[in-house]
Amino acid sequence: MEALFFNVDSGFLEAIVRGYRAGLLTTGQYHNLTQCDTLEDFRMQLSQTDYGNFLANEPTPITTSTIHAKATQVLVDQFNYLRSNAVEPLSTFLEYMTYAYMIDNVILLITGTLHERDTHELLERCHPLGVFDTMPALCVATNVEELYHSVLVETPLAPYFRDCLSASDLDDLNIELIRNTLYKAYLEDFHKFCSTLPDPTPEVMHQILAFEADRRTLNITINSFHSSLTKDQRARLFPSIGRLFPEGNNALARADDLEGVKNACEYIAQYRAFFDTAASQSNGNAPGMEDTDAALTRLENAFFAHEVHLNKLSFLQQFQYGVFYSFVKLKEQEIRSLTWIAECIAQEAKDRVGDFVSIW
Amino acid sequence: MSGAGAREAVFPTRMNLNIMQGRLKAATTGHSLLSRKRDALTTRFRGILRKVDEAKRKMGRVMQLASFSLAEVTYAAGGDIAYLVQEQAKTATFKVKAKQENVSGVMLPAFDAVREGSTDFNLTGLGRGGQQIQKAREVYAKALETLVELASLQTAFTILDEVIRTTNRRVNAIEHVIMPKLDNTIKYILSELDEMDREEFFRLKKVQGKKKRDAEAAELVKQQLAAERADIPEEDTETEEEHALDLLAEKDADVIF
Repeated sequence: MEALFFNVDSGFLEAIVRGYRAGLLTTGQYHNLTQCDTLEDFRMQLSQTDYGNFLANEPTPITTSTIHAKATQVLVDQFNYLRSNAVEPLSTFLEYMTYAYMIDNVILLITGTLHERDTHELLERCHPLGVFDTMPALCVATNVEELYHSVLVETPLAPYFRDCLSASDLDDLNIELIRNTLYKAYLEDFHKFCSTLPDPTPEVMHQILAFEADRRTLNITINSFHSSLTKDQRARLFPSIGRLFPEGNNALARADDLEGVKNACEYIAQYRAFFDTAASQSNGNAPGMEDTDAALTRLENAFFAHEVHLNKLSFLQQFQYGVFYSFVKLKEQEIRSLTWIAECIAQEAKDRVGDFVSIW
Repeated sequence: MSGAGAREAVFPTRMNLNIMQGRLKAATTGHSLLSRKRDALTTRFRGILRKVDEAKRKMGRVMQLASFSLAEVTYAAGGDIAYLVQEQAKTATFKVKAKQENVSGVMLPAFDAVREGSTDFNLTGLGRGGQQIQKAREVYAKALETLVELASLQTAFTILDEVIRTTNRRVNAIEHVIMPKLDNTIKYILSELDEMDREEFFRLKKVQGKKKRDAEAAELVKQQLAAERADIPEEDTETEEEHALDLLAEKDADVIF
């Protein structure tokens, strides 16, 4: 039934987003890009793709950060076009997507304000997707109590803050813990919101969000091995959605090393495969610290690859909102890959240039 | 002539000769000491030069690795982590301690990198890219260590260079200016003294010759007198003999040799 009326509200935007998707770089184009010797060539190659002349007005010694910034700007423009044309409930869905960036921005502002940094400098550093109108108001606060209240009043993130943190937490909790707590709340909330949407959407989004949650869980576990994070704190940062929840999360909360993480993921075939590929490639070398590093890098890459895979799958279904989310994620991955290639070219590290995730 | 080279402005006396000989001896000792110091410093210098070269090459490699690991961080963590890292760093984990090292009397500053394990920002990138951030941090710490090492070598290099140049100047000055000057002075004094000796000898010879001539003249006069007296009566011979004795005694007192 839903498919009947979907196009009334969102057909145009879905068409647009599928058009954008067709503009994503293909393997062949990536191949051409990796053959470049200088960033100048890189720009030339890019101008033949959908990016067009986005770097045309830059002064000649272009840097990778410029490329990154400009490519992000392209994404932001596309997203803003989608958002301004959206109607309910798609607009809320897009709104939700920006919350992830808002969390990063708010965290940045909180850190900056607590250390009394220059407001304008902070605002410049914010991610453009996560900008909201009342953001500069956050910088007015002078102490923690005020900051907490202005966050509650001014930001769309208020529910997450209210549920997870108190004013005193802002002061003595590590900022990374706050960020991850907020992100956990956000993921759960987004998941809940998606379940209220008409049918194909929750199905698609559930897959993606579940993986996102699991990836965070795994990352947090692995990254917290040699840090001051206690297991209790760690367990509290795990999102309660995802395929690892709840047994896997419990096992991960107790894990002490990579082996423990691996055991926790045993039940899920796909996740087990990540560790298998990571391990099998490192078998040739002598075991050691270097090896673990390499394995973890590959694990990270495997996560990226799987994320891209899941996002690609969402384009196979019609009449659902997952495509919007997937497009933004794929575009982000593409920007990351572009930056990586540009970085490799700039630093003449051609042997690593293939370590990105090609989308199509 | 002995005055051909430069020499000290001294009077050619025996005392000055002694002083000059003493100074020459001191200069020779100083010269050998300084040249030994120079050799030691040069050996050290060459070693440092080699190490500087190595360190520079190593730094190139390490820095490349480091900036590449930063690129990895950007890929994995996505976006700007610099700011968060900046804000969360509270204490310096990498400190440089300066100490002094003594090489043949030259104080060379040496820098030591001291690392303290810190957990200031080990939660950065907890959600994603944390491992890469930690790795980048390690790599950069290593790059810093190389930099510190290079800095210490480079400082030692500059200082040693300066000192070697000074020492070289001194050695050369002693070898080519002071020692020839002293040599010349000694030669000059010796030649002057010899000259004076010869003058004295000549003067004495002259005096002796004169005396001999005088004596001969006196003898001649005496013989003439005696010949005259042979015609005069005998009694005179007694007095003549007395007189001759007297003359001998007189002459004894006068003669030097």
